[in-house]
Amino acid sequence: MATATAEPSVTTVPGDGRKTKKNALSDGQGRLAWILLAPTLIVIAVVAGIPVIISIRESFFRANTGVDPNTGMIAQGDSFVGLQNFTDIFAGLNTVTGSYGTMDRFWNAFLNTTFFTIVCVVLETVLGVAMALIMSKAFRGRGIVRAGILVPWAIPTIVSALMWKLIFDSEGVMNRILGKQVLWLADNGSSFWAIVAADVWKTAPFIGLLTLAGLQTIPAEVYEAAKVDGATTWQQFVRITLPLVKPTLVVAVLFRTLDTLRMFDLPWGMIGPGKYRVETLSIFSYQEAAATRYGQAAAYAIVLFLYVLIVAFLFVKVLGADVIGDTGMPKKKKKDKKNPGDAAAPGLELMGGAH
Amino acid sequence: MRFVRSGRRVAVAAVSLSALLVAAACGGSSGGSGSGTGSSAPAVDLAQQGDIEYWQGKDSSGNIPKLVAQFNSQHPQGKVTFHELPDAADQQRQQMIQNTQIKNPKMAVISVDVVWTSEFAAKGYVIPLPADRFPTTGMLQSAVTGATYFNKLYAYPNTSDGGLLYYRKDLLDKYGISKVPTTFDEMKAACDTIRKGENDAKLGCYAGQYDKYEGLTVNFDEAVHSAGGAIVGADGRPSVASPEAAKGLQTLADWFKNGDIPKAAVTWREENGRTAFEAGQLIFHRNWGYVYNLAQTDKDSKVKGKFDVAPLPGISGPGVSSLGGHNYAIATNAANKGTAADFIAFMSSEETQKSNTLATSQSPTLEKLYTDSDLVKKFPFMPTQLKSIQGAIPRPKAVEYGDVTLAIQDAAYGALQTSANGGTADASTALQGLQSKLQTLIK
Repeated sequence: MATATAEPSVTTVPGDGRKTKKNALSDGQGRLAWILLAPTLIVIAVVAGIPVIISIRESFFRANTGVDPNTGMIAQGDSFVGLQNFTDIFAGLNTVTGSYGTMDRFWNAFLNTTFFTIVCVVLETVLGVAMALIMSKAFRGRGIVRAGILVPWAIPTIVSALMWKLIFDSEGVMNRILGKQVLWLADNGSSFWAIVAADVWKTAPFIGLLTLAGLQTIPAEVYEAAKVDGATTWQQFVRITLPLVKPTLVVAVLFRTLDTLRMFDLPWGMIGPGKYRVETLSIFSYQEAAATRYGQAAAYAIVLFLYVLIVAFLFVKVLGADVIGDTGMPKKKKKDKKNPGDAAAPGLELMGGAH
Repeated sequence: MRFVRSGRRVAVAAVSLSALLVAAACGGSSGGSGSGTGSSAPAVDLAQQGDIEYWQGKDSSGNIPKLVAQFNSQHPQGKVTFHELPDAADQQRQQMIQNTQIKNPKMAVISVDVVWTSEFAAKGYVIPLPADRFPTTGMLQSAVTGATYFNKLYAYPNTSDGGLLYYRKDLLDKYGISKVPTTFDEMKAACDTIRKGENDAKLGCYAGQYDKYEGLTVNFDEAVHSAGGAIVGADGRPSVASPEAAKGLQTLADWFKNGDIPKAAVTWREENGRTAFEAGQLIFHRNWGYVYNLAQTDKDSKVKGKFDVAPLPGISGPGVSSLGGHNYAIATNAANKGTAADFIAFMSSEETQKSNTLATSQSPTLEKLYTDSDLVKKFPFMPTQLKSIQGAIPRPKAVEYGDVTLAIQDAAYGALQTSANGGTADASTALQGLQSKLQTLIK
């Protein structure tokens, strides 16, 4: 929707330039732009493009495994197996028992990844927004509170994994507080929640920080006007704060979703590898690579890649469209191409400026 | 308007970049593996001299640089540089494999965990060692067996390890138990007497390592072997679905259920168990030789001078340890294999092994050192350790050892965790599942 409203103003101007090409300033700049962008493009190609292409190629191969019965040696090299690395995901050859019953190890990891993402991101968003609301208020010691809330985000994940491992140890702080012995670090349902706790602790501040940036762009006059009209605090939060902070919040939640889908170090560092109730797709893929089954590992990584891509695009499509729809712009106004700047625009521009 | 637009652009850019990074990060480990290792070099030249690197995991004793300097001073035609790897075994293995794949000519001598031998040999990462340059006379037979694959020696035994039973001598004496238990039944009887008398709810009877990691495989193997079972039979085929093997696992599960093994032990590795033993919370404890010195000298240890070691207890037969240890192998792609061979010979000599044992308390592989008076004086558990290693059975030899050990851990951990949660574990069903999985892994 955004593009639909914005395009008219863009197309009218270059529409003239395209015909005549008499703009001295922009003439011939296409080549210059390419030259200036080339270093960046080359770096991206080297660090991201080429590895991705190699991964995709790798996923169609499989290392030979036949053992020579006389010498015990394994035939070297790889063979092309087509899509078998992908189709084997559905063949159920490697079943494990996790929280969702006995199923293929891939699907167990897939479900873990999905549920971690849903549970963690929801909790992080709620807590993060609450943190942002606290941080945005003016009160004595606000600087200390802001710094304090951000500490977890500043700690490297693997360090917080080991820290939480101590907390959730059978003799650890958490069990002392609860007054009973829960074996969080074994491989059971409570392990899942131990990871959720650690992840929420660590990354809610991230959402808090980004939301705070969004909150600070909301002009005080809006609230003053609301107060004059007799709006309650809850009404102000639901009708003013949330809609105006939403564009920022959506980007923050999007980042967290993408990040959580790739979760690796927390379950690995806290609970350990090979524990199916907390095994994510990243861990499974890594384990397969460690077992020198690079083809299968690449295939699983690519499935994860596509999964992340689909989730992310759905996010942008569904929530991104909502951003425009919810910010008080009536739908017919959007089709009114000649009148893009109306009453709703100042608020939007302020929000957009937060990025 | 343009701000909304750019906001969305940011989001789109973020999505594409993140997605790309996922694929790149995951793909990173899989890149560069396309080519084989080309191990078909027919004749191995063990004469070429020149500078090499020795690759080993973290050297916590600090003794390796001294030994390397000593070698370099007597060996001018080729110097050794010590290349230290991380502490974690799987990371050591991974770095060795990666450097084999990129054909790193400097990586010459590598310290190979005994369970990696089959994989490294079968995949051609290391070369077979000729008997004339690498004699095995006087070495512990079990250590040599552990380093052998298809009747060829691929790694030269350097350090060995066996499990020991640490026990609270003071408590046994206090309750007049003169005979150190040699079976689980005797151990239980001793525990019942002591725990009744001490009346301490925190005092557990026995524990080993039961978290889901390599230590569980070690402890499971010991239980199965001590009950007269086997994981892989004499014919090299899996044979774990036997009543004897089931008895081994069932015993551990039952001990968890009735609380003789503390329930928390299902999350314990070596260090958790050592901490509990040193805090006086265990009467009996299965661990490796390194604990002896620490429990005697740690400032927090409450059991200084109050414990002793014995061979592991059996379940229905004699106690059997799993075999640990690290051995030296020569990497296939090493440029200067002559220096590598000389370095291994130096590191494995009687003098070096003795000085290394004195400095690190790691168990040597030369049998006669276990009765050496200097060593026994410093480490009184040496004769017990020798018995443990002599009777030790290696963990299953498999090319895909990682899959085998995970399958074992899946079966054992399921049963133990069920019992720790108060349920009833069915060991024989678990082992039938393990048997069918092992049949696909060990051919």
